[in-house]
Amino acid sequence: MSVFNGLKFRKVYSPIHNLDPRIKFVYVCAVFGVTIIFSEIIPLILLFLLQIPFILIARVQRDWARSMRGAAFLATIIFLTNFLVAFIGSGYLVTPRNLENAVAMTLRFVVLVESFSVFFLTTSPDHLGLALEQTHVPYELVFAFTTAVRFVPVLAEEAQTIMDAQKARGLELERGNFLKRIRNYIPILIPLIISAIRRSLELAEAMESRAWGATKKRTNLYLLRLHNGDVGLIAITILIVAIAVYVRLFVPIPSIYEIWTRLI
Amino acid sequence: MIEAKDVRFTYPSGVEALKGVTVTISEGDFVAIMGQNGAGKTTLVKHFNGLLKPTKGKVLVDGIETTKVSVARLARNVGFVFQNPDHQLFGETVEDEISFGLRNFGFEKTVVGTRVTWALNLLALAQYRKTSPFMLSGGERKRVALASVLAWDPKILILDEPTIGQDYQQKEKLRQFIMQMQTQKRTIIIVTHDVEFVAECNPRVLLMSDGQIIADDEAAQILTNTKVLEQASIVPPQIAQIFLDLPELDLPKHIIDVYEARNLLLNLLGKEKSG
Repeated sequence: MSVFNGLKFRKVYSPIHNLDPRIKFVYVCAVFGVTIIFSEIIPLILLFLLQIPFILIARVQRDWARSMRGAAFLATIIFLTNFLVAFIGSGYLVTPRNLENAVAMTLRFVVLVESFSVFFLTTSPDHLGLALEQTHVPYELVFAFTTAVRFVPVLAEEAQTIMDAQKARGLELERGNFLKRIRNYIPILIPLIISAIRRSLELAEAMESRAWGATKKRTNLYLLRLHNGDVGLIAITILIVAIAVYVRLFVPIPSIYEIWTRLI
Repeated sequence: MIEAKDVRFTYPSGVEALKGVTVTISEGDFVAIMGQNGAGKTTLVKHFNGLLKPTKGKVLVDGIETTKVSVARLARNVGFVFQNPDHQLFGETVEDEISFGLRNFGFEKTVVGTRVTWALNLLALAQYRKTSPFMLSGGERKRVALASVLAWDPKILILDEPTIGQDYQQKEKLRQFIMQMQTQKRTIIIVTHDVEFVAECNPRVLLMSDGQIIADDEAAQILTNTKVLEQASIVPPQIAQIFLDLPELDLPKHIIDVYEARNLLLNLLGKEKSG
């Protein structure tokens, strides 16, 4: 469940938390795009390091580390798949190039998780909903979205309780071969899905009985305005994209192995 | 037998839920753990079948330290029925649901069949054998959850809030059922807020507040002790309140049983009545 924790918002006051979620989202998307256009290891390392100041300023390093740990399993699978395919493709050879490529692909995934995790850790669901509303997304959709985000930790907690209840009836999740282990999760998924459906129906009834959607025109008490920090983040975003595009188009990127051999 | 020795437990979030709990529950005991929300009741009982392991201190079940064995291994002897049956029901039929634990513990197929029938009859669920558990009412679902644990006949039975959402008749059935288990020398531990239910059952009470056990005595002693009850945000049962509010009549103080109260009052009125 640690992946969920990485996406769980905790109220902290920091310059990063106060940034406009719209700008933060654009920034995350920009990082996403830049990550996709590079498959070399050096720019990916730089992108990885680039996020660290944000994490430190936002003081979410502990939650962030937890989400990274949650991503470790998938990262391992990505590494092994890339490495094995290259290993077999190159005629069963372990070359530094293969290894570096596999690490780069893994790093690409890690950077994606890292940036999205920073976004979700520093943006409250309410703030995010406000941002969506002010970009003229229909309120019904905004509400559905913020509710879904808000219920992630609730569901994670419920999943834990269900796991405990089934373990108390002798279920051993780690027992058996790969297929058996997947099947072991059925007694956890079914109650979880059913209770989520039940909860959503109850929520809908409770909302309707409080006249949800009675007025079509909504106003907000809080309005989002751009501050200096937001302008700064826009500048950083444009800079990153510009540099990335320039480097991609005009600068040949050496691999670590090449630099190493040149130095020796 | 369960022994907790200076058990401390801190959740990953940093909340210290148990602050040094020492208690021994012997074979055949009937114990009610009471206290306000967040007192650490459920956290404590989750230590008894190894779902939680103490941060400090030790929990021994039949002499085995819970940190040394799996939950599944402990669960064979320690049955735990969760508060909300919807957190465990997933089977296509009630029969499937009840046999789940038995299959996990590796009972033979023929034994599974007889045990399921036995549990169904015990909790008056026989007519629902082939029904989906999701089609049943709340009280029935709760009984299915209980049956699914009783099926493997654990020596120790833990019930978390067994009376919530049950009507009076169901509560009475539950009480009779617990009494029946008691005569078979089963150890029963209930976690509850239901003062009236505890007053009727008259078990040993462990009163918890802020991660500690603040009182451990018979129900009649604790449920009439306004000082400790206040500390645990519990109001005495109604019968006890009457007797506590009439000090001038010089009546006994530790009365929680309706039958006993009735006899005392009749005596007071000078009307002996049999039965």
